[in-house]
Amino acid sequence: MHVEEKLTAETFPAEPEKATLEGKNKFLGFWFFLGGETVLFASLFATYLALKDSVAGGPSAKELFQMPIVFLATMLLLTSSLTSVYAMHHMRNFDFKKMQLWLGITVLLGAGFLALEIYEFTEYVHEGFKFSTSAFSSAFYTLVGTHGGHVAFGLLWIITLMVRNAKRGLNLYNAPKFYVASLYWHFIDVVWVFIFTVVYLMGMVG
Amino acid sequence: MSTLARKKGVGAVIWDYLTTVDHKKIAILYLIAGGIFFLLGGLEAMIIRIQLAVPNNDFISAGFYNEVLTMHGTTMIFLAAMPLVFAMMNAVVPIQIGARDVAFPFLNSLGFWLFFFGGVFLNLSWFLGGAPDAGWTSYASLSLASPTHGIDFYVLGLQISGLGTLIGGINFLVTIINMRAPGMTYMRMPMFTWATFVTSALILFAFPPLTVGLIFMMMDRLFGGNFFDPALGGNTIIWEHLFWIFGHPEVYILVLPAFGIFSEIFATFSRKRLFGYSSMVFATVLIGFLGFMVWAHHMFTVGLGPIANAIFAVATMAIAVPTGIKIFNWLFTMWGGSIRFTTPMMYAVAFIPSFVIGGVTGVMNATAAADYQYHDSYFVVAHFHYVIVGGVVFALLAGAHYWWPKMFGKMLDEKLGKVTFWLFFIGFHLTFFIQHFLGLMGMPRRVFTFLPGQGFETGNMISTVGAFFMAAGTIVLLANVVITTVKGKRVGNDPWEDGRTLEWAVSSPAPEYNFAQTPLVRGLDAYWIEKMEGKKGLTPAEPLGDIHMPNPSILPFVISLGLFVAAFGFLFHQDHAWGTPVGIVGLLITLGAMFFRSIIDDHGFHIHKEEVMEAEKKGAGA
Repeated sequence: MHVEEKLTAETFPAEPEKATLEGKNKFLGFWFFLGGETVLFASLFATYLALKDSVAGGPSAKELFQMPIVFLATMLLLTSSLTSVYAMHHMRNFDFKKMQLWLGITVLLGAGFLALEIYEFTEYVHEGFKFSTSAFSSAFYTLVGTHGGHVAFGLLWIITLMVRNAKRGLNLYNAPKFYVASLYWHFIDVVWVFIFTVVYLMGMVG
Repeated sequence: MSTLARKKGVGAVIWDYLTTVDHKKIAILYLIAGGIFFLLGGLEAMIIRIQLAVPNNDFISAGFYNEVLTMHGTTMIFLAAMPLVFAMMNAVVPIQIGARDVAFPFLNSLGFWLFFFGGVFLNLSWFLGGAPDAGWTSYASLSLASPTHGIDFYVLGLQISGLGTLIGGINFLVTIINMRAPGMTYMRMPMFTWATFVTSALILFAFPPLTVGLIFMMMDRLFGGNFFDPALGGNTIIWEHLFWIFGHPEVYILVLPAFGIFSEIFATFSRKRLFGYSSMVFATVLIGFLGFMVWAHHMFTVGLGPIANAIFAVATMAIAVPTGIKIFNWLFTMWGGSIRFTTPMMYAVAFIPSFVIGGVTGVMNATAAADYQYHDSYFVVAHFHYVIVGGVVFALLAGAHYWWPKMFGKMLDEKLGKVTFWLFFIGFHLTFFIQHFLGLMGMPRRVFTFLPGQGFETGNMISTVGAFFMAAGTIVLLANVVITTVKGKRVGNDPWEDGRTLEWAVSSPAPEYNFAQTPLVRGLDAYWIEKMEGKKGLTPAEPLGDIHMPNPSILPFVISLGLFVAAFGFLFHQDHAWGTPVGIVGLLITLGAMFFRSIIDDHGFHIHKEEVMEAEKKGAGA
């Protein structure tokens, strides 16, 4: 199938993200990229686990972490993953407006998560838990902050795609772009599940 | 746009190369940039050897020696060997699998420019307050104490160039999986393509730990982090783990393509198909897998305990098995073949005993208890130069001679090529063989001088003389390149006359679309099969038609330039008020270029059927 072809709901392929060679390449390449990202986060997690008790006189995980705000952030991000699935569902059905709507909701939820994280970090700094306080603080801010940076980048990415394609709708050129952006968003979500468990739950209970 | 070379101005040629997304031109860029860094690293090696020629030498100071030694290792691994390997991959792999380009031509160009700017950034440290001086491994306990900005140049430069390598790895993985011509099954792929495939997977999983290690180091040195500072709870061993989780697979990232290059050369110049092809594939994959299980053998003396040391020792020794399979397969490929001793073949034959010596000392080092004696001595220096020079550099020199006509359309002079070979081969063994014994006699590595009367004089002098032989060999190679470029005659598709794989079925250099018609592959050594059936060309898998090509773009250059600027800003942000703003401007340049890449559609263009037919007609007559 040709990239620039004008398509209708009837002629739109079942898997538009993989209908062209460019799409197939993008799909596979992005999965590999996520493989590399997995190793990146694994290295950050391993370091965090090695340094999480090295508080050097500064605040410890038990003293800092508050369940309500972290739980709320987790719910926002998990829900945003679900809404991005809805968006992809509508993309495959060639329903551009609904896809944009659900992507918009995804972005709002993601922005809410990011705002909570920034609020959380500012609170910690006020409590004397700075990046340079201890090995634990460096490891915490680097792991959680790298994830936060991914969320911010994902938001910019999805917004750019939504604005760029607002007028022209779906085709086989931009379908793979939407699809890999949503893959990226799921990945961010999965990483957060591990952060929630390893950093926050183990920090408060363990 | 026609594929025929037109007379162009210098400016147009430079613009063409700045914006190119053609894998063949990117290969040339990698070759030139990697070659220049190779000369630079070689110069640093000569300074080291001159300093160590006689005891109590004061040719250079101790501090400068540390910088030269660090930059020699870092340059040779990251800025010479890696890009030269990428030069070979880019020049050959897409054509070997019957593809018109790589999967992501834009990213291919981005990968090159990231590497290039990272390398330039690292080397600017010489002029901006001093080069890194903590060794190429840059152990945190040393590097955190280093007073100059050298280590920061190391951290940021390698971060940028490492990103380029990662992108290159993903690109080749997808290219090899998705872009193979009809009939090119996995078990019909040439060995060099297989090696590239496994290497790319190693890059994908090995570079992120380095990225993380470099982030930590950057945080500790520039932004007040405490990852490696024991006073605030940090742990320097974390750097060692992250570095070697990257660093050991890196050895295989370099040497597997070398194995691939030699596999092609052995088969071609023995005029036989590669012996034990399936076992070669198996061994390559197994080496790649085991390569991730052995990093702690660099850390036997750290004190991980006898159980960890024993496990890593056994895993390391296990790698000798698939490597041994390969050595025997190469020998059996030559057995009964009608061998031609061309320059590439001389390197290949010399590689076997040289590399086996490196392998044997590798198993010696892997014996954890014995390693306590070898550790940090010249024995280790001798070992890794035997595998890296005897394996990787020999392969790169062999590959350069072998594929030179395919890249540039002219053969390198065989006589001069053999002069280079003998000078380099003799010089190599002269330099490094004696270092085994210097190490066993107790000479520690990374010392800037030694005292008389300890029995190190003769060995070091021999070693220095050997280094001059290698330098002379390199100069002859450069002369060869110049003479060939000026005087050489144009060659046809198959200048070695015994080419087996698809790259020898297209003109030299290949047209920008590689294949006028995508070929049908009917077995291993696809071109050889056609030749044996008396056919002149390949069997096409499609009718002649318009060919879709990617557009050139300056954006990869701009994206990389932005990171280069940003690195400068952040490096100086503690010393100068302009630091942070410059850093942010740099990041904005990069993000802005990425934004434009995202919003501007890039559909590429078509070369029309008539133009292809015309180009093919002229190409065939040349």
